[in-house]
Amino acid sequence: MAVLTIRDALNQALREEIIRDENVFVMGEEVAEYDGAYKVTRGLWKEFGDKRVVDTPITELGFAAVGVGAAMAGLRPVIEFMTWNFSILASDQIINHAAKMLYMSGGQFKVPIVFRGPNGSAYQVSSQHSQAFEAFYGNFPGLKVVMPSTAADAKGLLKSAIRDDNPIIFLEQERMYGLKGEVPEDDDFTIPLGVADVKREGTDCTIVARSMTVPLALQAAEQIQKDFDVSVEVIDPRTIKPLDIDTIVNSIKKTNRLVIAEESHAFASVGAEITYQVMDHAFDHLDAPVKRVSTAEAPMPYAKNLEAAALPSVEKIVAAVKEVCYL
Amino acid sequence: MSKAATRTKTETKAAKVSKNGKGKALDDVRAKHAVTDFVDVEKAKAEYMKRRASQLGSIKKTDKKLLRDMLYQMVLGRHFEEKCAEMYRMGKIGGFCHLYIGQEAIGVGSMLALKSDDMVVTAYRDHVQAMIKGMTPESVLAELYGKEGGCVGGKGGSMHMFSKELQFYGGHGIVGGQIGVGTGMAYAAKYKNSGQVVLCFFGEAAVNQGIFHESLNMAQLWKLPCIYICENNQYGMGTSQERAMSSRSIAKKADAYEMANEFVDGMDVMAVREATQRAIGRARKDGSPTLLEIRAYRYMGHSMSDPGNYRTREEIRKYQERDPIVLFKDSLKEARVFSEKEFEKIDQEAIAAVDRAVKFAEESPLPNESELFTDVYA
Repeated sequence: MAVLTIRDALNQALREEIIRDENVFVMGEEVAEYDGAYKVTRGLWKEFGDKRVVDTPITELGFAAVGVGAAMAGLRPVIEFMTWNFSILASDQIINHAAKMLYMSGGQFKVPIVFRGPNGSAYQVSSQHSQAFEAFYGNFPGLKVVMPSTAADAKGLLKSAIRDDNPIIFLEQERMYGLKGEVPEDDDFTIPLGVADVKREGTDCTIVARSMTVPLALQAAEQIQKDFDVSVEVIDPRTIKPLDIDTIVNSIKKTNRLVIAEESHAFASVGAEITYQVMDHAFDHLDAPVKRVSTAEAPMPYAKNLEAAALPSVEKIVAAVKEVCYL
Repeated sequence: MSKAATRTKTETKAAKVSKNGKGKALDDVRAKHAVTDFVDVEKAKAEYMKRRASQLGSIKKTDKKLLRDMLYQMVLGRHFEEKCAEMYRMGKIGGFCHLYIGQEAIGVGSMLALKSDDMVVTAYRDHVQAMIKGMTPESVLAELYGKEGGCVGGKGGSMHMFSKELQFYGGHGIVGGQIGVGTGMAYAAKYKNSGQVVLCFFGEAAVNQGIFHESLNMAQLWKLPCIYICENNQYGMGTSQERAMSSRSIAKKADAYEMANEFVDGMDVMAVREATQRAIGRARKDGSPTLLEIRAYRYMGHSMSDPGNYRTREEIRKYQERDPIVLFKDSLKEARVFSEKEFEKIDQEAIAAVDRAVKFAEESPLPNESELFTDVYA
């Protein structure tokens, strides 16, 4: 095992898949000569050149479309959005074209493409640069939505995403690029899409967290353990769509309590969907109403204190766990 | 408002602007591009008559079998779309249904200049182009009927004809969306060094979408072998080009990207063929893209649900005098390639093909309900 940052784990995944398959190329703003706005593609252009690592003009709709057309014609593009906030410009290609092409062509044209980049908040970048898109893209059949929270998951899931024949929404988190973790050194290490991971085992309460809220939930679990001797299980679905609801339901059958921690806004969120599915599959196993910790229902403010007040935190997750456990 | 009234209003506006000096520049631009301004049918006719000798010349140089195929595809397209209108009114076809009547020379002239493995992508007015690329009238009409025997099993309908085998990349329903997709297909051709070119069709209203400009910029920047064909039928749904676009020449928009471009009379199938051949030559040589503005006229409404209140019968009648099938037949006759008897035979063949398609579509079963969930994911 090597210890890598999430940034370097993603970089390794890209590098290995570029080497593995000649049809894989990375395209986006500043991915090549500049080494990537967040350095995820560092060194790749130097190693592989213009054909495999392609700088684009600032033309999100345009290069997303180039990716879709190229994928239909047999390539496997990895399209980087400098942030997912910019993907809104490209959403016609992602939703109206990539997501529906296989279906409306009667199964003839696959679109094996990965759209990736940082999702959610960063550090004081205000309203237009701090949004989380998993519920938005998760709503459309045809797309798969992936959200890693560790270095190993980032590498294994990105490699699976590139090898998958469907359009993949791969949501990273800028605040997490520097987080370190152990990553298997095997070139063929992959993690299947659609399989959740139990990040911490527990018996008294389940927290379902994803991306940035996973490390927060783990800290909250430690604190609850210490302060109240209550054992919290933390589940990371890793893939939002398809969602591994079975792992979540099995956990609730054991703990009978559920808190969902997410970085997106609450209204019509993935947390809302999980809550419905849990009610559908495990209503009789719940001993308390489900609680959610989400980002405040306001555009993201700039001021440091307001930003902190808007986002999920360890304290907010601890409070939610206390509430469902009647502590 | 009549066309004449609209023009007067525009001119008045231009005259007013002239006072502050900007109007003159605009007038100069219009004068420079006057040759491309065929909104006036009489001008278009006069221009065509000047060109007629060269058209006859190119007919004489073209293989007779190909000429017959070109005429057959145009006639088939016309009969097919007339049948679609009839079946739509009878309730056999649902949803949106955009007909190609009046624009046949564009699809036939351009697509029959391709090699079979070249790629085509188009908008939602796609029935006839699908057939020109080789799809059977049966598979297209059954798709319109929403039947299992349709080219995509009844999942797409009128706007979404596809055939991977024939390199027909669809039928797309979002105005302009396929311009970017076609650019990506050309990107793949260049990446794989496959030698293929892409014909990417769209209407003139799509030119106002951002994707048109984003695509042309990338195609010229990266030298992608994409031939952008703007089928200018002069109306974006119910809005004339004049009411929607600040400039008249679409071809010249490519100048902004330093891309090769050409204006073509879309009622002259040989002119379309030759312009496309020139563009294909550039694309195969060094990947250079081209923008062709091919001016035609949409006889029917935007879709079957369009009553067409925004234009006069007189305007439509004037354009019908320059019908692409009639013009082509006249030239073929004058060049002594085919006689009336042969025309009659072609007509009957096309009618028989459409009848077979109707029989097939009627008899094809509805898709099984289990198909609802197939091909959502690969």
